[in-house]
Amino acid sequence: MKHEDFKDNGYIEDLVAQLNGAGVNVIVGKADQLMNWSRANSLWPFCFGTSCCAIEFMCLGAARYDMARFGAEVARNSPRQADYIMCQGTITYRMAPVLKRLYEQMAEPKYVIACGACTVSGGPFKNSYCVVKGIDEIIPVDVYLPGCPPRPEAMFYALMQLQRKIKVTKFFGGANRKEKLTYAPENKAE
Amino acid sequence: MAELKELIGKLCPTAQFDDSGEFLLVTVEDAHWHQLACSLKTELHFDQLMALVGMDWGTTLGVVYYLTNTVTGDIIHVKVETDDRENPRIHSVSDIWAVANYQEREAYDFFGIIFINHPDMRRFFLRNDWVGHPLRKDYDASPEKNPIRLDDETNEDYTCSYREDENGKVTKVDGKVFEDDEYVINVGPQHPSTHGVMRYRVSLDGEMVKKVDVVSGYIHRGIEKMCESLTYPQTLLYTERMDYMAAHINRHCLCLCIEKALGIEVPRRAELIRLMMDELMRLSSHLLSYGCLTMDQGATTAFFYGFRDRELIYDIFDRTCGARMSMSYATIGGVVADIHPDFIKDVRHACDVIEKNMKEYHQLFTGNVIARNRMVGVGVLSKEQAIDYAITGPSGRASGCHCDVRKTHPYSLYNEFDFDEVVRTEGDSMARYMVRMDEMVQSIKILRQACDKLEQEGIEGEYIAKVPKMIKLPAGHWYQQVEASRGTFGVYIESDGDPKPFQKPTRMHFQSPCFNLIGVVDLTCRDNMIADLITITASIDFVIPDIDR
Repeated sequence: MKHEDFKDNGYIEDLVAQLNGAGVNVIVGKADQLMNWSRANSLWPFCFGTSCCAIEFMCLGAARYDMARFGAEVARNSPRQADYIMCQGTITYRMAPVLKRLYEQMAEPKYVIACGACTVSGGPFKNSYCVVKGIDEIIPVDVYLPGCPPRPEAMFYALMQLQRKIKVTKFFGGANRKEKLTYAPENKAE
Repeated sequence: MAELKELIGKLCPTAQFDDSGEFLLVTVEDAHWHQLACSLKTELHFDQLMALVGMDWGTTLGVVYYLTNTVTGDIIHVKVETDDRENPRIHSVSDIWAVANYQEREAYDFFGIIFINHPDMRRFFLRNDWVGHPLRKDYDASPEKNPIRLDDETNEDYTCSYREDENGKVTKVDGKVFEDDEYVINVGPQHPSTHGVMRYRVSLDGEMVKKVDVVSGYIHRGIEKMCESLTYPQTLLYTERMDYMAAHINRHCLCLCIEKALGIEVPRRAELIRLMMDELMRLSSHLLSYGCLTMDQGATTAFFYGFRDRELIYDIFDRTCGARMSMSYATIGGVVADIHPDFIKDVRHACDVIEKNMKEYHQLFTGNVIARNRMVGVGVLSKEQAIDYAITGPSGRASGCHCDVRKTHPYSLYNEFDFDEVVRTEGDSMARYMVRMDEMVQSIKILRQACDKLEQEGIEGEYIAKVPKMIKLPAGHWYQQVEASRGTFGVYIESDGDPKPFQKPTRMHFQSPCFNLIGVVDLTCRDNMIADLITITASIDFVIPDIDR
């Protein structure tokens, strides 16, 4: 997908403008570019499927959709080896501490895709007595992906959004690398 | 029905009968219940407990038991009530029907009903520090009582049971889940081979499994409680999110139950379309089961083969229903939209391709020496155990039970179709795998007949009956069961006949097949290697959201 095809990415554009506002050192900038290019094209997902979305994620890994085209086929079962969690499925009160712990076990830099309506907002189970109303109450989320369940194409879109987000990070400058462990639900992204 | 009434009347003179519904209803006091249950099993051969529905009738709490005779196919249901809301107690029947063990724990979790003489009275779905019992009508749902707790749960090493002595005095007896010198390891809830978020605590002796303690509820979403605050058409969507690999079938079941209560006659063509969707779903589910079972044993290529064929079925769903998963296609009175013009062509094509590829699957995996060594004779479940634990579906049929609802209690149009019930007798992992493979052949057979029927009876036509805009059920209760891809799926609806618009069910219970399947994990894995835990659970093939609901 070409850059022009992303018409609705206002906030990433703003982020880039803000980052480059003060100008970038040539050497650091090039090193950043190399770093981000390699990171964005080798994203290892963490297998974390609790319900329906996990089946679509399996389709994503199978022959027709073939996640390997994005360098993202190396699904890891240990959080220590993974780059991002694609959280597929409802998170209940019993699962919440487990998810938080798994997230904390991942090595930095780490990213989260909230995949499916349940993880975005609680979805059809919003009124339940034991369902977390969006995983951003527990862990920070980078990309929100609605759908019940999202189609594999939509999952690719989320993956590409994440890649774009990684490509505009400044690792060497340290400008926007916040420590995510100090995350609190009240300052979650809009 | 009259004959049964007389027989049960002799066994328990105080029982009251009501034969106005579809099945005979027996109301019995708790004091006589355990003894009646014994004689129902031994004398009248009601050997399978199909469903155990906890209930809150406002003033009283209680349980409705659905019993079936696996030889004659008779079904009765028994109602046991208690008016003590502070300390509700009912005698346990887990010593008579083993499946009641987990079912009663569920009822305890939801309603706080304590089952006297139950060996292990712990919560099943909710955290052990949960306050209250959520399905009671007087449950306090304020978020302050049960906030999201981010501290880790303590391991439940202790359990308790309420024992009754000869004088009828009930005392609480503490017990242990594992002994002090046992070596316990934890599998899950985040483990790729548990097929979801299931957790086992396994006691080991070297590499041999001594005991498996199932800790469930990591995806318990409170569907039954939410259904009580929704109108009937709104509740339909949850059926698809329990066993998502039997989405059409579960939804079909709830539709059938509501149609039965309302007396709606569904157009024949709509019923045929629903039946075809059910069989496509079963094919897709068994292909997934094949893919996962093979991948758990290291055959990753076979996984890709299974998923390649599933895409064909997804395409059919996509074209007709507009979605790959969670299709929301069946509805009360028929289906929501007509089939795609290419539907029959696509189904025939998918049948041909899958039938051709089946040979390849068998060549690749079935005869493989690793597969045979890991599955033949491993995790054996006998026929008696399968009936006792109410194991249905492919896993039950692999143990020799004739439990296919499509044959025993035909619904929809299944009695018009020519197909075989696949039954094997070995009861091991290999038999469970083979039953699934053979059932796929039968599903293809049904689908081809259905295509012919649909062509003969008109490609175009009616697809939904005239249904009132406001779905209002009369007062009463109904039970409907269908053959889902993993076993018998049942829906229990109770309505108070509220005349106001937007009527909501008083109670809606889903009797999921996987809930019973999880009951035999301990039984089948015991005295097997820890590595076989993975193949056995994969061959039993449960879907965790279906267990937890």
